[in-house]
Amino acid sequence: MTALSVTVNGKAVQAEVEDRTLLVHFLRDRLRLTGTHVGCDTSQCGACVVHLNGRAVKSCTMFALQADGDAIVTIEGLSQDGKLHPVQAAFQEHHGLQCGFCTPGMIMTAVDMLRRHPSPDRTTIRHELEGNICRCTGYLNIVKAIRAAAEAG
Amino acid sequence: MYTAPFRYLRPKTLREAETLFRESADARYIAGGQTLIPTMKQRLAAPSDLIDIARIPSLDFIRREGNTLLIGAGTRHADVAASPEVRSSIAGLAVLAGQIGDPAVRHKGTLGGSIANNDPAADYPAGVLALSATVKTTRRAIAAGDFFTGMFETVLQPGEIVTEVAFPVPRRSGYAKFPNPASRYAMVGVFVAVLDNGVRVAVTGAAPCVFRASEMEAALARDFTPESLSRIAISSDGLNSDLFGSAEYRAHLVGVMAKRAVAAAML
Repeated sequence: MTALSVTVNGKAVQAEVEDRTLLVHFLRDRLRLTGTHVGCDTSQCGACVVHLNGRAVKSCTMFALQADGDAIVTIEGLSQDGKLHPVQAAFQEHHGLQCGFCTPGMIMTAVDMLRRHPSPDRTTIRHELEGNICRCTGYLNIVKAIRAAAEAG
Repeated sequence: MYTAPFRYLRPKTLREAETLFRESADARYIAGGQTLIPTMKQRLAAPSDLIDIARIPSLDFIRREGNTLLIGAGTRHADVAASPEVRSSIAGLAVLAGQIGDPAVRHKGTLGGSIANNDPAADYPAGVLALSATVKTTRRAIAAGDFFTGMFETVLQPGEIVTEVAFPVPRRSGYAKFPNPASRYAMVGVFVAVLDNGVRVAVTGAAPCVFRASEMEAALARDFTPESLSRIAISSDGLNSDLFGSAEYRAHLVGVMAKRAVAAAML
């Protein structure tokens, strides 16, 4: 067991973890932040995407201890004062989901995408979504939602 | 829990990292971990100790010195892809880095990790070999042509750490890749570089190890156009054949990707 110290959604967290604990399991099982999903578990699908120091990463493909000293934001940390993040609102408005399983990862990826590409065209959006898989194949409305969030932002 | 148990270590310096490696039973270095962690989760690797070198500050830089672009081994693919210095010095290399994996993978994966792993379908080996780069380690400097020795094999010795790669700034460069649509690894990727002392063409994904296409290099030295490659037939002997594509298909893709890389380099 090793001491871990991270900031999660703005709050300082201290814990003792087994060295092999994956970040996604630390978030879900220890902190009960179950909005971050485990989909493929092989770093393909993107359901586990969180922000590490402001950048999208796959939390199933890093150990919790690699994040020691870092700031993590999960889907639970996006809304402020009970108000949805503009990307969350756009997914709701444009029905950017069907079953919803991929949605947290899609939204975390979209927020990171808009940080780097404030006004992406549809080709850029689709290229940037290469690491996120929607099993319902609901990409059309996901792309529409991200485009709308960019226009609103 | 998926990986076998191990001890996680985070040294502050390269010297400390090498000492930890020497003292360990079966250590592995980890930088971005985008290949190593999936491999450990499948239990194809089970190191006793994981030595995290990702935070060592001296490994993370991009710097132009005269006609050489120096990139630290710990530099993330996303940072290489977005770097104005890389884009203006070696446009093809920025394009290459921007096509590795997906955005989340590019935020973690590193140059040094990619070339030390030498996956037959990785992108960076093509750029490093075509640009005639020099790989610098904690122990020596190695020419790209000597560095990659076979499938997942390099000349790196146990415990040796890649610290930076020195790329000669070419007159022109271009990279074209046909990605596997699921994994984003290269089915075939071709990097073309026009250097002061000639044209170099390196191919990844097609064979067990990155290689140079010398017949293409000669044709492009005479006439640097996609058309000059039209009559060159790439042999399928020794090329990879798997459920994604036959050796013949990959041989064909080498020609197509090489033409696209030349066209990109002419822009």
